[in-house]
Amino acid sequence: MSNKVFNIIVPVISVILGLIAGAIIMLLSGHNPISGYAALWNGAFGDSYTIGETVRRITPLMLTGLAIAFAFRTGLFNIGAEGQVIVGWLAAVCVGLYIDAPMYIHLPLAIIAGALAGALWAFVPGILKAKLGVHEVIVTIMMNYIALYSVNEIIRTVLTDGETTSATIAPTASLASEWLQSITFYSRIHYGFLIALFAAVLMWFIIDRTSIGYELKSVGFNPHASKYAGMNVNRNIVLSLVISGSFAGLAGVMEGLGTYGNISVMGGFTNLGFDGIAVALLGANNPLGVVLAAILFGTLKEGAGEMPTSAGVPTELVDIIIALIILFVASGYIIRWAILRFKKEEK
Amino acid sequence: MEYVVEMLNIRKEFPGIVANDNITVQLKKGEIHALLGENGAGKSTLMNVLFGLYQPEKGEIRVNGKAVKITDPNVANDLGIGMVHQHFMLVEPFTVTQNIVLGKEPTNKFGKIDIARARKEIQELSDRYGLKVDPDAKISDISVGMQQRVEILKTLYRGADVLIFDEPTAVLTPQEITELMEIMRSLTKEGKSIILITHKLKEILETCHRCTVIRKGKGIGTVDVAETDANELASLMVGREVSFKTEKTKATPKQSILEINNLYVRDSRKVDLVKGLDLNVRAGEIVGIAGVDGNGQTELIEAITGLRKVREGKVMLNSKDITNHSPRKVTEAGVGHIPQDRHKHGLVLDYSIGENIVLQTYYKKPYSKAKVLNYKEIFQKAEKLIKEYDVRTPSVHTKARALSGGNQQKAIIGREVDRSPDLLIAVQPTRGLDVGAIEFIHKKLIEERDKGKAVLLVSFELDEIMNVSDRIAVMFDGKIVASRTPEETNEQELGLLMAGSKTEKAGDKE
Repeated sequence: MSNKVFNIIVPVISVILGLIAGAIIMLLSGHNPISGYAALWNGAFGDSYTIGETVRRITPLMLTGLAIAFAFRTGLFNIGAEGQVIVGWLAAVCVGLYIDAPMYIHLPLAIIAGALAGALWAFVPGILKAKLGVHEVIVTIMMNYIALYSVNEIIRTVLTDGETTSATIAPTASLASEWLQSITFYSRIHYGFLIALFAAVLMWFIIDRTSIGYELKSVGFNPHASKYAGMNVNRNIVLSLVISGSFAGLAGVMEGLGTYGNISVMGGFTNLGFDGIAVALLGANNPLGVVLAAILFGTLKEGAGEMPTSAGVPTELVDIIIALIILFVASGYIIRWAILRFKKEEK
Repeated sequence: MEYVVEMLNIRKEFPGIVANDNITVQLKKGEIHALLGENGAGKSTLMNVLFGLYQPEKGEIRVNGKAVKITDPNVANDLGIGMVHQHFMLVEPFTVTQNIVLGKEPTNKFGKIDIARARKEIQELSDRYGLKVDPDAKISDISVGMQQRVEILKTLYRGADVLIFDEPTAVLTPQEITELMEIMRSLTKEGKSIILITHKLKEILETCHRCTVIRKGKGIGTVDVAETDANELASLMVGREVSFKTEKTKATPKQSILEINNLYVRDSRKVDLVKGLDLNVRAGEIVGIAGVDGNGQTELIEAITGLRKVREGKVMLNSKDITNHSPRKVTEAGVGHIPQDRHKHGLVLDYSIGENIVLQTYYKKPYSKAKVLNYKEIFQKAEKLIKEYDVRTPSVHTKARALSGGNQQKAIIGREVDRSPDLLIAVQPTRGLDVGAIEFIHKKLIEERDKGKAVLLVSFELDEIMNVSDRIAVMFDGKIVASRTPEETNEQELGLLMAGSKTEKAGDKE
C-alpha cells in the first residue's frame, strides 16, 4: 500500500474509532448514542442557520491549522499560534476602528495589519532561535501569555475606558456579508472562508512549487546539508515562523473583522491556536488535509451545541470524542502497524 | 571437520526484492571466515538473520550440528553468537566496565551490582586476548580503535564463541587495522570462530582462512583464501574483471587554481586545528592530502568551502580572494565539494534523488523562474545524471534515504562534477564503497583532472592516495609537513610522516 493511501486511510480510521468510542461512552453514561449523534448532525447541518454558523466556526480553525502545518513542514513547532491569533485580532480591529477609508482600501489594510501582527509575534521566537538557539516551543508558549494579557490591557485602557468590549469596527472594514447572512437565516457567516481557502492554496504553492518552499523544507529536513548547499539556515527559520505567524494572524482577523466585529477582554485563551495543532496533525500537515480536518473539527464543535438541548448529552462528551479522535490520530502508527500486521497474516 | 555455525540455503525476501537467495555459509571452529560482497549484496541481511533480527523464509541454521531457530538477538547470545557492530553501541559517559556489563550486570546476594567483580573479569579477558583495554577509562576519552575493542570484550563477556565483525576496519587507522588483525588471530587461537563482513580484499588475503562470496543476494561460493588472489576475489564479487591499478596518464599541471597561505582555522572548541597551512593546487592535477583523521583535514576543507570561519590567512581561487565567503559564493566561484559525511552534508535524505540533484542550483534557471520551481526540468536533469553516473534507483522520485551508500555517493558525485567546477574537492569519496564503485569514482576524478580541472582529494586510506594522486601533501598537526609524488615515496614513509616523524628530503616543513 502506498504512502498516500496510508495518509488518507489512517485519519479516516482514527475518526471512525473516535466516534465509536464516543458512542460507547454515551451508552455507558445512559444516553442514546443514535439520538446523540443525530443531535450533533442537526446542530451542525440541521438548517441553513446552523450551516452558516458551522462555516464560521471552521474558518479560523483552517487558518490556525495551516499556520501550524506550515511550520511543521519546515521542521518547526509553532505552539504560539494562539498568541498570534490574539494580536492579529487586535491589530485588525484597531485598523477597523481608527482608520477612515473606502472599503477597497480599508478592508485589505485591516486584513494585512492582522497578518502582519501575527507575523511579528512569530518573528520574535524565530530570531531568538536563529541567533541564540532558543527552542521555539518555549518562546512561543511564553509569547502566548504576553499576547493574552497585553491585549486585554490594551482593550481596557486604549480601546475603551475601562470597558470589556471595544466599539464595533467601521462597515468598510467588515468581512460580514448581508447576502450570505440573509441566505443562512442571519447566521454570523462571513467572507473569511474565501480567505482561508485561498490561504490553503497559497501554502500549497509556497511549500510545493517555489524555491522558497524548497529551501524551507530542506532546512527543516537537514540544516547541515542546507548550509553546505549555500542556503541561509537562520534566515529560513525566521521566514518559516513569520509565514506561519501571518496565517495565524489571519485567523484572528476572521474573528475581529468577520464573526464579532470587535474585540473583548478574554478570560482565557481562544483555543483556536491549540486546536490548530490537532487540525494540522489530523490533516497530515498537508493543505488539503488541513482544510478537511478543519471542517471535521469545526463541525463537531458547532454540532456539540445541539447535543445537550435535544439529546441531553453534555457538551463535555463532544470534547471527549474530539480528544479521542486526536488520540487515535496521534497514535496513528499503531493503526499503521495493525494494518501491516493484518496484511502480513493474510499472506 | 566440524562446523560451529552452518547457514544452509538461506532465503530472505523483502517486499519487492530477494535480499538473500539460497546462500550457504559454513563456519569451521577456529577459523576466520570472510563474507565478501558489494554494498547491498546482502551480507548484512544474512548476518542479521544469523543474529536473530530477521527470520529467513527458507533454509536452516545449525549451531554445533544442531538445527536451531534464532528468533531474536537474545537467543543468538545464548547460543554463543556475538556481533561487533560497525556503529558502536556504547554509552559515552560510562566507563568501559559499565558499558560491558550493561544489561548483564553481575549482582551480589543483596542485588547490588558487583562492579569490582565485573572489573576483574574484564581485566582478565582483556589480558587473555591481548586487547589492552583499561576497564576504568571513560568511553568518551578513548580512541575509536579502543572503543571497538570494548565492543569485542562485550561479546566475549557474554560468552560468545562465534564473533561477527561488521566491516570493522572502516573506522580505523592503518595502525589500528594491523592491531585488530592481530587480535582476531589471537581470538581464533583461543578457539573462537570469526565471521568477517568486508569488501576489502587486502584484509581477507591477510587474515582469513576461507571466504564466501555473495553477489546481488546470491551465494557465489566459498573459496580457500590460500588458493586465490585479489583478482579472482574481485571478479567473483563484482562479476567481471576489475582493475586495481588506476589507469592514468602523467599529469600536465597548468596554472594555479587554489592557493592557501598561512591558514589558521579553529574548531568548535576554539582551538586552532589548522595552524599556518600553505597549499597550492594547479589545474590538471590531483593533490592528495594524506593524514590521520583529526589532524585538521575537516577544518581545512570546511574553511575552503565557507562552512567554517578562517581565523587568519588567505584562500584564493583563480587568483580571487574567497576567504570567509559564504558557501553559496564559494560554490558559485567554481568549487565542487564531495563531502566526507554524505548523510549529514551531502544529501537531504528525505528529498527525492531529483530534488537532491539540484541542491545547489535549484534557484537558478532553468530549474526555477521567478522563484517558481520547474519540476519538469529538475527531473529531466536528474534522469540524465542518474544514467550518466549509473545511479541505481527505481526512479528519480525515490527518496535519497532509500538508496544504497554507493548509489548515494554516485548521485553526489554526478551533481558536483556536472557543475564543472574549476576546483573539485573530494573528501573520503570512496568510504564504505565496494571495488566496483571505487573504480568508477576514481575514474571520474581522473577524468576531471584530464579536463584541466584542479582536484583536491582528502583520504585516510593510503592506497587511495597513492593510486589516484599526482602529488601527495602530508598533513600533520594542522600543517602540510611534506610533499611527495607517489613515485618517490611509499606507504612506510608516508605512514611515518603522517605520525609526525621527519624523513630526509629538502623542503619539508617542521
